[in-house]
Amino acid sequence: MIMRFFRRGQRDEKLEQSLQKTRRGVFKQVIELFQRSEIDDEFFDDLEALLIGADIGAETTDQLIDELRAQIRAQGLREPAAAQELLRADMINLLKKAVRYRRVKILQRGVPYVILVVGVNGVGKTTTIAKLARYHQQQFNREVIIAAADTFRAAAIDQIQMWGERINVPVIAHQPGADPGAVAFDAMQAAHKRNADVLIIDTAGRLHTKDNLMQELGKIRRVVQKTVPDAPQEVLLVIDANTGQNGLAQAAAFAKMVEISDVALTKLDGTSKGGIAFSIVKALGVPISYIGTGEKMDDLTAFNEESFVDGLFFEEYEGEIPI
Amino acid sequence: MFESLSDRLQGVFQRIGNRGRLTEKDIDEAMREVRRALIEADVNLSVVKEFIAAVKERSLGAEVLKSLSPGQQVIKIVNEELVVLLGSEQVPLTRANQSPTIIMLVGLQGAGKTTHAAKLAVHLRKGGQTPLLVAADIYRPAAVNQLHALGKQIGLPVYDEGTTTTPPEIAEHGVRVARDKGNATVIIDTAGRLQINQELMQELVQIKERVKPHEILLVADAMTGQEAVNVAREFNEQVGLTGVIMTKMDGDARGGAALSIRRVTGVPIKFIGTGEKIDALEAYYPDRLASRILGMGDVLSLIEKAQSQFDENEAKALEKKVMTGKFDLEDFLSQLQQVRQMGPLNQLMDMIPGLGAAARKQDVQVNEDDLKQIEAIIRAMTPEERRNPQLVKGSRRKRIAKGSGREIHEVNSLLSQFRQMQKMMSAFGKGGLPGLGGKGRFPGLPF
Repeated sequence: MIMRFFRRGQRDEKLEQSLQKTRRGVFKQVIELFQRSEIDDEFFDDLEALLIGADIGAETTDQLIDELRAQIRAQGLREPAAAQELLRADMINLLKKAVRYRRVKILQRGVPYVILVVGVNGVGKTTTIAKLARYHQQQFNREVIIAAADTFRAAAIDQIQMWGERINVPVIAHQPGADPGAVAFDAMQAAHKRNADVLIIDTAGRLHTKDNLMQELGKIRRVVQKTVPDAPQEVLLVIDANTGQNGLAQAAAFAKMVEISDVALTKLDGTSKGGIAFSIVKALGVPISYIGTGEKMDDLTAFNEESFVDGLFFEEYEGEIPI
Repeated sequence: MFESLSDRLQGVFQRIGNRGRLTEKDIDEAMREVRRALIEADVNLSVVKEFIAAVKERSLGAEVLKSLSPGQQVIKIVNEELVVLLGSEQVPLTRANQSPTIIMLVGLQGAGKTTHAAKLAVHLRKGGQTPLLVAADIYRPAAVNQLHALGKQIGLPVYDEGTTTTPPEIAEHGVRVARDKGNATVIIDTAGRLQINQELMQELVQIKERVKPHEILLVADAMTGQEAVNVAREFNEQVGLTGVIMTKMDGDARGGAALSIRRVTGVPIKFIGTGEKIDALEAYYPDRLASRILGMGDVLSLIEKAQSQFDENEAKALEKKVMTGKFDLEDFLSQLQQVRQMGPLNQLMDMIPGLGAAARKQDVQVNEDDLKQIEAIIRAMTPEERRNPQLVKGSRRKRIAKGSGREIHEVNSLLSQFRQMQKMMSAFGKGGLPGLGGKGRFPGLPF
């Protein structure tokens, strides 16, 4: 059974709403920029400032601007308004083309679909897990189990258990300080025994530079593979949309250790722009799959390139928004 | 993945090295590299622009253009200006005249407020206090439990009223309890919130009005991007900040957010969080952070080492000697000693961008022991012999070999190498030897 997590290709209301908040500040400048009368050096300078201000990074910004310059030259464009559509298309393309693979999510009867959730401290892993569990449960009526394998942070187990109670999902937990691998092992047993469809494993936040902690993730992965060889079918890296250029180093380190298959961009309900998504997709080819847009349990949505780019810059984009 | 700024600057300056002098165009090129490094370190773009303008102006000044090692001068200026921006002095925590001192921690979700409430408490306990922790985050599931667990771990009291009382009330009661029980400090942990959430920002203002904290510290994640400035500005304008704790500095984030926050809000950075352990909280040093933002701490320490070891006048006198072919073994010995004072040679080589790697590639071995042997041989000579190596013939060689514990052929080879060096130097002297005697160079060494 091939499942599609979310309806894609459709503008998602929730994402739009959250990005509307995100637009604050940027949006006015974008309108002003593209309403100017000519494309000159100042235009490119200000465009660069906007892109860098959105955490898109120096390298990706240079690439986007170089491409735009070349296209403007080739087409003999004079008006910034025409450049707007070109930039938009370039940005969407960058997000789409750079994705090397989007793993097809396959759910088999009797085999738990294991989602290993990883990331640095404070990005919103636990909250994202609750939202993800709720999603599988509500949308597809799946049996979900959560493994509380963050045994390190004080009260992390309590936190995920509270979520479990709220959304009525069983949480497999050990004592604080227990071996996360052992928790994962028990959770796998429980998932088999209860015939659960989905097992989501919470892990402690860890800085990607801490080698021993990164090794521990590798161990959790191996434990899971003992009973289901192709598990974890999904390795989800959670990234805070406020993250600056270090986000790329994070993603690269986690990808190296546990082969991340998907990225969730969280906290996109603030003024964060999430521009690091471009660098991550470009450098690693890993797709952004989810967007976290708030603290409520339904605030999780599928990532859509068009909505994301439009939300970032082009709110009052004239004309049809392609569906 | 990231090429360090020092490597890039070195590349820029190497291309112009042969011309000896910098032009404005060279400086521009160097500034582009600095600009990019700062952007990659997440320094806010407006701060970057302002900074570059200041550095450029200074770099175009006489001190660099006329300098014999302009590249290093530019790096030095970049560093100095960064330190200025980061705030040159350490700003300590305010202490109330009458106990308790009230500290309130605020910030976005996930910045590390709860963890740092405990870290700060441990830090203050080292100063002999018993802080009371107050759990005023009633929103995040298990936030109260988390503070309790941390309190238990560090053996310090935690005050809470569950999650049904309002945070301003909890804060006020907490302060009252501290006053009654004689705790010198109260640390109030508040819920993470977005700076655009008016309702929750208002709540912080209410807590502030109720308890009149002496310190309101913004807990900010070092990995934050360009938005850090706006977050800090909003918290500062709406609630009023007295300081910042930069967290997660134990990763590899350059921490440019700290620079931006300091520059735009003027609020001092007071602490940095440097690890998972509960005592991983350090006072903040602007100079260390400057090097980190640039990703070139080693180069700066090398420049400093070189500057402290090489007396400039001495270097000039030496330069003259070299130019006129009067460089003798006495001078050579003092050079050797100066270099060795700077630290292990291999380490020095590694500090020079590009050089360490190049040396490894070409299998150049700089052997500390070789240097010691050379030194021993020279020391076994009389001052007269050192000034005038031609004097060293048959019997003197034997004596020197014996005196230094080396073989005669080793003495011979040193002498012949030195003669070659002298020849080379006088050739340089005639053609002019660019850079010799300048700051941070190693004049006269045969490698």
